[in-house]
Amino acid sequence: MGQVVNLQADCQSAKTLGMTPAESIPVLILRPSTGFLRLDLKALWEYRELLYFLVWRDIKVRYKQTALGAAWAVLQPVATMLVFSIFFGRLAKVPSDGVPYPIFAYVALLPWQLFAFALSESSNSLVASQNLITKVYFPRLVIPISSVLGGLVDFAVAFVILLAMMLYYGIAPTAAVALLPLFLLFAVMTALSVGLWLSALNVKYRDVRYTIPFLTQFWMFATPVAYPASLVPEKWRALYGLNPMAGVVEGFRWALLGESHAPGPLLWVSVAAVVVLLIGGLRYFKKTESTFADIV
Amino acid sequence: MTDIAIRVENLGKRYRIGRREHYRTLRDAITETAAAPFRWLTHGTSEPDYIWALKGFSCEIPRGEVVGIIGCNGAGKSTLLKVLSRITEPTEGYAEIHGRVGSLLEVGTGFHPELTGRENVYLNGTILGMHRAEIAAKFDEIVSFAEIERFLDTPVKHYSSGMYMRLAFAVAAHLDPEILIVDEVLAVGDAQFQKKCLGKMEDVAAAGRTVVFVSHNMNAVQRLCSAAIVLDRGTVVATGTAVECVRRHLRTESQGSGIRKADLSPSPGVKRHGNGAARFESAELLSAAGDPISVVHFGQPVTVRLTVRTTRPLSGVLLGFSFVANDGTELQGSAAHDGGISTDLRTGIQVFDCRVDPMLLTPGRYFLRGAVFSRTEVYDHVDEFLPFEVTPSPYTRDGRTPANHYVGYVYCPYRWSAVSGEEEADLHQVARA
Repeated sequence: MGQVVNLQADCQSAKTLGMTPAESIPVLILRPSTGFLRLDLKALWEYRELLYFLVWRDIKVRYKQTALGAAWAVLQPVATMLVFSIFFGRLAKVPSDGVPYPIFAYVALLPWQLFAFALSESSNSLVASQNLITKVYFPRLVIPISSVLGGLVDFAVAFVILLAMMLYYGIAPTAAVALLPLFLLFAVMTALSVGLWLSALNVKYRDVRYTIPFLTQFWMFATPVAYPASLVPEKWRALYGLNPMAGVVEGFRWALLGESHAPGPLLWVSVAAVVVLLIGGLRYFKKTESTFADIV
Repeated sequence: MTDIAIRVENLGKRYRIGRREHYRTLRDAITETAAAPFRWLTHGTSEPDYIWALKGFSCEIPRGEVVGIIGCNGAGKSTLLKVLSRITEPTEGYAEIHGRVGSLLEVGTGFHPELTGRENVYLNGTILGMHRAEIAAKFDEIVSFAEIERFLDTPVKHYSSGMYMRLAFAVAAHLDPEILIVDEVLAVGDAQFQKKCLGKMEDVAAAGRTVVFVSHNMNAVQRLCSAAIVLDRGTVVATGTAVECVRRHLRTESQGSGIRKADLSPSPGVKRHGNGAARFESAELLSAAGDPISVVHFGQPVTVRLTVRTTRPLSGVLLGFSFVANDGTELQGSAAHDGGISTDLRTGIQVFDCRVDPMLLTPGRYFLRGAVFSRTEVYDHVDEFLPFEVTPSPYTRDGRTPANHYVGYVYCPYRWSAVSGEEEADLHQVARA
């Protein structure tokens, strides 16, 4: 069975071609994976250009044949904000921590849209990239990561509207705005941590895709988008942070609308929750990665 | 430091029957979990069936070698390439690859129809593992190879399939890793483009790269590869020089597996028309020795056997078939009544043999088209049946059949001679003197 087939005898020509001696030829070992899982960040870094092109492709294709193009990125959060302002702000008189309700809702909708978009895109991302996965090697993590990052452009476009609204309402950002990039990173990580789970699960259980609309809706009500986290009783608020999107949204409000909303322990619980979700997601993803090409 | 590019030891890949593992629904997972405590009851019968697509495969490929992997469908060739290019993990065994690997299991992987030619070159190049700077440097070369300069900024969904394939191959052809793994990608495009691709592959091979090459095109294997490995049902059955291996493979293939007899009994899969008073029942190709075959060697005799079933006595029947090229061009027709075969059919089954000697279609894939009809009605007309392959004759010493200039479909025997021009020849002699 283990007969070694040696082709060397037939290969006089190769030697005469004057191949340069290999000093730094990378050696790759292929064998069945064992229990030990390694997160190959170096490989991921090597494929950063692929990541860039996949994100670029998704964005380019998404708006290529739409009549409104990038206006869609604005339309969705603005329309949602209007509906929220009328029903929750005006009619239900939901408190908004002393900020005009429209901007209160819109600041929360920005990270929320990013998250909801990432959820629906990444959950189906591996299955949609079936043709790549079965034909080419690359770190599979590139796929869900690229679909999460694809939402950033929409976020940026919608953010411009926020700046206009802040100008209109005369809200000047405080020093806390310096932390905004960190909160954005936090939002992306939250989306990615959930996206990793969903994308890998969807390869095996196609049910996942069907739960996404329900999951997104449910999750939105559990997140302080239309209402402030301060509605939740003080003693439960830290626990509320177990929904990491609560931390993200409160963080955004704090960074953009003023120091009076400092999220406190809720934020730290959220960060911890994301770290756990992310590590678990990465582990599950890496564990199932080797079978993607056979199952998908 | 070694001169080995790829070393493989005892590599195996197992799939669940059906070749792919099914994705499961949550419901399946729940029922399985619920049934788990009772599994011992059915133990032994509920074990899923597995198939080893590759088993105990070992080889050493020296740096700079161009190795052809040949074998029938399902022999494990593609599985081997998938494992070597890291798309799927081996179930057992070990492989060691020295150098950057580029794999080409398909042309145009990741091409997006909405994007322009230019955009797709970058996207596809990156997917194949090239860096952006590398693509930019080779961009003009790629475009001129593909001959699509004018359509660079047109979305590829508007391309003809030929243009699409040319562009896709052009990107792939400019990949230059130390080790190149290539699946059957030369079988695309028209003959002229295939020739160009083959030429490009020859350049790659000549540049001293290690290439692992799977193809059904035995000509290409013989031309490109110095060594070959013959696979059958997941294991190595032969290794050696490409010429030896091809010869061996053709010998086994022409007797061995493959569909040798076309079943033409009524079924929805067969494209046919006619009133059915007479019908083709089956068709097969027979070698000179009378064995059913699916591969015909160029220059050798072959017999086409057609079986016809008639439901009522018919007179004045015309019966015939033609050889058709894969692109649908009818190459030659032949009819039984030309040979003076009785054109009255009794009720029941009758068998007709048509001996073709020698087979002078050039190496390639063909199929038959046949009809039974009379001057007034069509009994049966089948558009396409009994696909077969003509291969270069393995029996001539140096492969000097017309296979080496396989332009076109048909070989008409010819001989060249110089008729005039003596004066010029004389002139040359004078000049030399």
